[in-house]
Amino acid sequence: MATALAPAPARSAREVYRDTVAALLPGEPRLVVLDSDTGLFGGVDFGSAADRYLNLGIAEHTLMGAAAGLAREGRIPLVNTMGAFASSRAVEAVKIDIAMGNLPVLIAATHCGVSAGHLGPTHHALEDIAVMRALPHMTVVVPGDAAGTEELLRQALTLGGPVYLRMGRGATPDLPAGPPLRLGRAQRLREGTDVTLAACGPYPVLAALEAADLLAAEGISATVLHLHTVKPLDTPALLSALGVRDTVITVEEHWRSGGFGSAVAEALSAVRPVRVHRIALPDEFVPVAGSQRYLLERGGVSAREIAARARASVETGPGGPR
Amino acid sequence: MSSPPLLRGAPARTDLTGPARTDLAGLAGPAPRGLDAAELAAVAGRIREHVVAMCAGPEGGHLGGSMSLVEILSVLYFRVMRHDPRFPGLPDRDVLLLSKGHGGIALFATLCEAGYFPASALEEYARPGSHFMAHPHPEIPGVEIASGSLGHGLALGVGYALANRLDGSDRRCFVVMGDGELQEGSVWEAASVASAHRLAGLTAIVDRNGLQITGGTETVNSLEPLPDRWRSFGWRVLEVDGHDAAALTGALTRPADPVRPTVVLARTVKGKGVPFIEGQARSHYARLSGRQHLRALNAVRASAGGER
Repeated sequence: MATALAPAPARSAREVYRDTVAALLPGEPRLVVLDSDTGLFGGVDFGSAADRYLNLGIAEHTLMGAAAGLAREGRIPLVNTMGAFASSRAVEAVKIDIAMGNLPVLIAATHCGVSAGHLGPTHHALEDIAVMRALPHMTVVVPGDAAGTEELLRQALTLGGPVYLRMGRGATPDLPAGPPLRLGRAQRLREGTDVTLAACGPYPVLAALEAADLLAAEGISATVLHLHTVKPLDTPALLSALGVRDTVITVEEHWRSGGFGSAVAEALSAVRPVRVHRIALPDEFVPVAGSQRYLLERGGVSAREIAARARASVETGPGGPR
Repeated sequence: MSSPPLLRGAPARTDLTGPARTDLAGLAGPAPRGLDAAELAAVAGRIREHVVAMCAGPEGGHLGGSMSLVEILSVLYFRVMRHDPRFPGLPDRDVLLLSKGHGGIALFATLCEAGYFPASALEEYARPGSHFMAHPHPEIPGVEIASGSLGHGLALGVGYALANRLDGSDRRCFVVMGDGELQEGSVWEAASVASAHRLAGLTAIVDRNGLQITGGTETVNSLEPLPDRWRSFGWRVLEVDGHDAAALTGALTRPADPVRPTVVLARTVKGKGVPFIEGQARSHYARLSGRQHLRALNAVRASAGGER
């Protein structure tokens, strides 16, 4: 039962985000869209809410600080920039001005991971999950596809605190239907008995599903968990999926240090001894151009790598060689 | 797919009854405004007394840059700003953002004199478990933002001014910065955004005491011609003696420019009121001995007219 990749939808996550915001803005007077000249909102007609779209120019620190000021006066700002800039250049303003105040600011970060591969490593965001989840009060959400982006965005706006919404650049294939998406709750996409795959982000989830197919052909059955919320992490769902087994394989589009896999390792190791194999991009700046899928596979974030790790963990078994 | 109603349970626009404020119920009323010159000088003297007392506490404090701020803050809180210490989050309040967070003890002393908390609260300054740290934190009634890392306040001020405009409110937002702070690039990023968006309701005040930790601003990283810098960024520039309450009052109550945000460049003296450190870079942070505290206190009382 091969999981054939669905054709890429017409719209990317960030376009779905944009259209959702445009639809919400007129009816939700507390929302304010702050842009940093991303170009994402070009041609959007906000109608009666046009005064609540403000392009501050290429000024990411001011973008975050101004969002905090607006939030302190009762607004819910949505700030728009690339993940690379939100989580590096502007992070002190995110930390002090937004997170410290637990303010309802939604940081809409695009071009995350290696989704802007051709733009080079200045525009990759491979540390952003580590940075953002380290901040108190911050909720970190990584939608798995375009439809999930709209659903999780709507839920995130009800939280009343800061949210980092991690999106890519281009369109990615839709994930297969699963249980309803609920912020903070893992989505179980595949039931299995031999190994647990926990994935975060569009291509990592697709790769995990594809790996489950490869493994099924060999008689190994894998559970696939989609964790779209990295913080707070759904530890109970991980433990439940793990059952009596002692190995989890995590998959993400992020450097190996501090990201989703690290979050899983931190959470599970506090409960019981579990081996966490982290499939993530190696500890290096990506020096070449390429599509998002190409760069992920180049860095070992692929169904083949996941299946190999899973196979090895099943063959060695509990108590076997590590 | 059905969604929960958006923004359900979102916090109220302002919190008028936060826990930090319940002990203030007995206060008489709004802070006094429009003090005459002698009354204002007396308030400034008491603020300086609090500041030197905190600098004689267990950790010392940012003495120099707090003393230079005293007239700026006392004029704002006792003559210019609309505020009510009983309700620090009142929707129509004017807002002060102390971007030079190292002036925190001057702000605490001013808020204390304005009635936000009793003077006994200041005795907790820098003691374990106290919210009164060297840099302001919004846990303290009347403190709007956390500050201390320089170069943040003006961007926040942009946000407050945008909110005021969206609300159609005449609320004002004042951002107080140090002159050394202007070496942070983020100040100029925000300054540019403020003028591009014509935030005429935004007022920045620069405590131009001319000194930073290692020496004069013009030696370390020159700021002059500072008025021209601000003008070239699209701001209206007012220059005053930052220890002249009448001049400060005039500048801070002048009608807004129709388009441009306003910056008040306030010439001040670091350590003002304590002769043995006045105008010296080493006044930046001081831990006063008992004897130094007494000398400083006597000097402050003498210059305030010796009325008390």
